[in-house]
Amino acid sequence: MGAGAVGRVRVGEGSGRLSVETEVELETVDLAATPLRELNQRLHDAESGRFRIVNPNGAHAVACGLRAPLDVEILGHVGYYCAGMNQHAHVRVRGNAGTGLAENLMSGSVVVEGNASQSAGATGRGGLLVIHGNAAARCGISMKGIDIVVRGSIGHMSAFMAQRGCLVVCGDTGDALGDSLYEAHLYVRGAVAGLGADCVEKPMRDHHAAELQSLLARAGFDDLDPSDFRRYGSARRLYNFAVDNAGSY
Amino acid sequence: MAVADGWHPGLRESYLYDRNVIAEIQRAAREGIYDIRGFGAKRRVPHFDDLLLLGASISRYPLEGYRERCATDVVLGTRFAKKPLELKIPVTIAGMSFGALSAPAKEALGRGASEVGTSTTTGDGGMTEEERQSSKTLVYQLLPSRYGMNPDDLRRADAIEVVVGQGAKPGGGGMLLGHKISDRVAAMRDLPKGIDQRSASRHPDWTGPDDLEIKIHELREITDWEKPVFVKVGATRTYYDVQLAVKAGADVIVVDGMQGGTAATQDVFIEHAGIPTLAATRLAVDALQELGLHRQVQLIVSGGIRTGADVAKALALGADAVSIGTAALIAMGDNSPEHDEEYRAIGSAAGYYDDWQAGRDPAGISTQDDELAARFDPEVGGRRIANYLRVLTLETQTLARACGKSHVHNLEPEDLVALTVEAAAMARVPLAGTSWIPGA
Repeated sequence: MGAGAVGRVRVGEGSGRLSVETEVELETVDLAATPLRELNQRLHDAESGRFRIVNPNGAHAVACGLRAPLDVEILGHVGYYCAGMNQHAHVRVRGNAGTGLAENLMSGSVVVEGNASQSAGATGRGGLLVIHGNAAARCGISMKGIDIVVRGSIGHMSAFMAQRGCLVVCGDTGDALGDSLYEAHLYVRGAVAGLGADCVEKPMRDHHAAELQSLLARAGFDDLDPSDFRRYGSARRLYNFAVDNAGSY
Repeated sequence: MAVADGWHPGLRESYLYDRNVIAEIQRAAREGIYDIRGFGAKRRVPHFDDLLLLGASISRYPLEGYRERCATDVVLGTRFAKKPLELKIPVTIAGMSFGALSAPAKEALGRGASEVGTSTTTGDGGMTEEERQSSKTLVYQLLPSRYGMNPDDLRRADAIEVVVGQGAKPGGGGMLLGHKISDRVAAMRDLPKGIDQRSASRHPDWTGPDDLEIKIHELREITDWEKPVFVKVGATRTYYDVQLAVKAGADVIVVDGMQGGTAATQDVFIEHAGIPTLAATRLAVDALQELGLHRQVQLIVSGGIRTGADVAKALALGADAVSIGTAALIAMGDNSPEHDEEYRAIGSAAGYYDDWQAGRDPAGISTQDDELAARFDPEVGGRRIANYLRVLTLETQTLARACGKSHVHNLEPEDLVALTVEAAAMARVPLAGTSWIPGA
């Protein structure tokens, strides 16, 4: 695609994850030469396959709305909503990602090797989001079943109104972590600047440690010890309105 | 009322502290929580009732009321979408959630709307199968809560409505109290059963018009640019909101005036925030005209649309279509006298019932109680909706023909005068019998 500016190549024993299945065709798309619409349509039409996207140059909505088990590697930085609403595909960004990375993720996985801007994994309902660097404010806001693992630190108001799923932070968190939290599980290794309304530290039981270990392993961070983490969850005091809690808002 | 019945000279009610005000102060002191209710604003505000249409006479000639055609079709989403909505009538069903309404009630809305060739809309809680199956044309809302948001549903919707706000509570989020969070509602929203669900009032992944533009772009990319994208705002700073929504790439703007209904909101919010639908309609049309995009970006107005007269006047001011919510519930049987005894048993009465938040609706509409919901027959409800939509359409056509219009969209501000100075100023049409437009 892309007016012949890019070609299809077969990869041999190359670098990283894409070299594993040497017989699967790798399609490279150059976003400097191919309109975004053309790229996303190609990805929407594909039922399987491996794709490498070069020169993303901060474009928005790259590889959003995928619905097949594709392997997509993006070489460079992406803008807003990369891999938004992804289903089944595995997307890896070898760069930084803008606002709303993997928003409403349904399934599959999204890995960012750099940092992510605000609202990473917002409202995600399934799948795995891994951020090797830091994530900005509102990471995991309104998450609904997604699992998010951040190697670095996250910003303020993260896991705001988080409903389901797990947020693992290997570094520190900003203020108001887990404000108005529902049933999501939060695990933090570093310092928590402050807890939001109704978010409390809870004991790390065996099944939580096992859940955490599994998440670290899936993210490829199995060098970390789950016992170094603390667990946070909802005190469930705000689930039903009571006037005595009015000061919490 | 005992007091009214036993009134005698000297028994003088305060205008400032009338019986409702006194009762509310006493209730607040007793319960320590604000009053939450359904329905829309109950106070009197300038409305389409304050406008009149100028039927044709010597200077204009009318169309034959029963013989000459007056078209009612409308196409929504002609700006960017590959597949605009083609509706037979300019009256659509507004967004109301499964959760707020029972599944059979949602199904009835779809049945009725489909029968007359118009659209219905999901709500804060996702798309149900019943709703999709019964609705030929279904608009899927993207709300701040994103409950149940699913790209498969985005793709099987006919249009997408980004909800920024609603007229009953501009600046506020959704609310669904615990007794309406049934197993099914809880599962669709990924929430624990029985909690008081208070949705966010801001979207989680965008803030402001520049972000909205990128968000709309993402939605178009996900759906391969097929679906019209609506942006719905509660009527406040309508002129600016409409211009910003257009700049952000909306195909259709939905403006919901302060009379717009809600399933559950604080009474103080319903009555004291936002501007009337009449004022908002004029501001929205001004905004579109200034951009040179009136009729290219379509305008839907809602909030207090009850009759064909309301429809005709909204269209004459420049709307492309209107939406109904409260009136649709009433058409299906809400507040019906047949339930009066049961309304009274729960402290209300037919004609007054507004406790849509409570889930005890004897009509089986605003409830998640299986037994109550089972009372409501979606086929009967669907027929009532279709009948009501037909009446609205016939009434609109009657007035349009009288003004000499072969299409309801040919109604224009020049066909209108105002009964009050306030309405004349808001609608920017002359006070009846004068050429005076206040502020013009």
